[in-house]
Amino acid sequence: MIIKNAETILSVQNLVASIDDTQILKGFDITVKAGEIHAIMGPNGSGKSTFSKVLAGHPSYTVDNGTLEFKGQSLMDLEPNERAKLGIFLGFQYPVEVPGVTNGSFLRLAYNTVQGARGKDELDPLEFDDFIQSKLTLLGMDASFLERSLNEGFSGGEKKRNEILQMSILEPTLAILDETDSGLDIDALRVVANGVNTLHGENDAVVLVTHYQRLLNYIEPDFIHVVDGGRVIKTGDKSLAHELESRGYEWVLEENRSRAA
Amino acid sequence: MSTAIDNIVNQPYTAGFHTEIETDSVARGLSEDVIRTISSKKNEPEWLLEFRLKAYQHWLTMTEPKWPNVTYPKIDFQDIIYYSAPKSKVTKKSMDEVDPELLKTFEKLGIPMNERAALAGVAVDVVFDSVSVTTTYKEKLAEYGIIFCSFSEAVRDHPDLIKRYLGSVVPYTDNFYSALNSAVFTDGSFCYIPKGVKCPMDLSTYFRINTQDSGQFERTLIVAEEGSQVCYLEGCTAPQFDTNQLHAAVVELIALDDADIKYSTVQNWYAGDENGVGGIFNFVTKRGLCKGKNSKISWTQVETGSAVTWKYPSCILLGDNSVGEFYSVALTNHMQQADTGTKMFHIGKNTRSRIISKGISAGKSNNSYRGLVKVSPKAEGARNYSQCDSMLIGDLCGANTFPYIEVANKSAMVEHEASTSKIGEEQLFYFLSRGIDSEEAVSMIINGFVRDVFMHLPMEFAVEATKLLGLKLEGSVG
Repeated sequence: MIIKNAETILSVQNLVASIDDTQILKGFDITVKAGEIHAIMGPNGSGKSTFSKVLAGHPSYTVDNGTLEFKGQSLMDLEPNERAKLGIFLGFQYPVEVPGVTNGSFLRLAYNTVQGARGKDELDPLEFDDFIQSKLTLLGMDASFLERSLNEGFSGGEKKRNEILQMSILEPTLAILDETDSGLDIDALRVVANGVNTLHGENDAVVLVTHYQRLLNYIEPDFIHVVDGGRVIKTGDKSLAHELESRGYEWVLEENRSRAA
Repeated sequence: MSTAIDNIVNQPYTAGFHTEIETDSVARGLSEDVIRTISSKKNEPEWLLEFRLKAYQHWLTMTEPKWPNVTYPKIDFQDIIYYSAPKSKVTKKSMDEVDPELLKTFEKLGIPMNERAALAGVAVDVVFDSVSVTTTYKEKLAEYGIIFCSFSEAVRDHPDLIKRYLGSVVPYTDNFYSALNSAVFTDGSFCYIPKGVKCPMDLSTYFRINTQDSGQFERTLIVAEEGSQVCYLEGCTAPQFDTNQLHAAVVELIALDDADIKYSTVQNWYAGDENGVGGIFNFVTKRGLCKGKNSKISWTQVETGSAVTWKYPSCILLGDNSVGEFYSVALTNHMQQADTGTKMFHIGKNTRSRIISKGISAGKSNNSYRGLVKVSPKAEGARNYSQCDSMLIGDLCGANTFPYIEVANKSAMVEHEASTSKIGEEQLFYFLSRGIDSEEAVSMIINGFVRDVFMHLPMEFAVEATKLLGLKLEGSVG
């Protein structure tokens, strides 16, 4: 939803970032306000996943230039865990598997860490169990999920649901979901989309990073940004997604090239 | 590699201090004379001297094993001190007679030698260099008919038991280091649990090498009679020297019908510095004999120290329905090398064994699992399950798995699973992106990795081992 005079959650200007001395982001701009849902789309290798990792503070990337602000505060010198405590959440494209660490204890540690940072009470295992039940129901997950090792042996759909489950307990102000739709069948996609729609409200913002328009049939974005060559080359409303779906990316890229020439 | 991982795996060695204490040592080197000197210093009976001399003669014909996946400079066996004992050692009746320097040493290591200050219900035998300096709770255990004392006392007070069982599981001919140990062993622990007795407290031996250039060659012998049960713990530390010290122990366990022995080790010998200078060579032979039917021997080891480790706690499953278990965590860092694992010999019918091995390699270290599961022709219905997991921290370390399986009975079932994983930036980033700090993330990941093994450690030991691995339990402040 677009709200008048809403607070700016994320402000990114002229962001330049590289990995192993190769520049991936070359002047990335985006502004996200409370209540909004943004979709970042683009062909493979355009830099959209890199953007989500830089935003969350992945150590392999260095920021060479530009500004990256969350609610007016620069994120540049903050570690990934400090960013998470501020309320930034990255839903991973490929969640890692961690044998022996139960999903439940991981979720509780993450929850208590973020709660602690917000000055709220931590929950003991029993309280946490009660708390998480409703979240599990929302995502159509069984309580046995909590007993399993973190993401180990999870199907693609289970991993993505688990990401949204984490989002649901951490209640982020800004959620960036990186290719959350990839590898999901239609039922899982519906469950995940329903989860995101239920969790989203007027005080937080969601950024969807996706290659396909498909997800946007279930989560309706307010803005769509097309990324190529490490920058946003076109911004539009949701009708842009349909146009991309029917015409592909090439015409946008072409339009951009002729503008640059 | 991130500093968080470095900080966690590079905890300073807190047991590396040296105690200034007057010692009674024999001159460097090994000869029949040295063995005779050791034997006479200990007032040993003739049969034991003979045992030593036979072992020595046999040792002279042997060569060091070359098959382990480790490299180290050639050991000069004539440059080792084979006997070193704190002076004025007479058998201590009470703690008040023990040298205060020794008391202080073990206090610093967190080993209570004083029964009043002892850990709730753990009897401790304390071995300092070559001799046992004290054993706690002896009288209380005696009420149950349990014998728990230093090996030297056992030779004096229970010669029949020692004669009967010494070398019965690990003969001196077994290997190079068991022969050496049999020739020069100086002390150790002896434990005898009579028929039907469940040992009311955990028994424990704490080994400390103090003297530079001295070797430690101790023997542990545990006999569990029919239907008895015992839980035994072993801990070890050494000061930080820039020379290598040799630790070549022999441990023999005997479980008769329906007996149950659980043997846990937390090994924290000095590992050398980050360039591989100094540290203990830990070449140990540990073997248990499940002699009786329905008997059970379970080894749990947490190996964190030593420059070089060469160790295969094994089970001979002779009795029908007997059970052997091996749970191991081996952590190597810097230049450390470990070649460790187990051997399970299935001889009796319906014998079962279970092997869970977790290797963690960091720095430039090299960590190998080596295991043998052997099913003899008569071992009808034998079962084995093995799981060997390796975790790599950083890009410069190595992990290897050498599983040997020999099955000569077609009704046997042997399963082997292995995995290798890596704590990398991606795993850490995942935790960090959920607000968890990197130290807590690393401990949670390692803790999860070793969970299947640590759940088999006695409570106090599990806590100690967790600390040793530099782990903090979930929920503790990073």
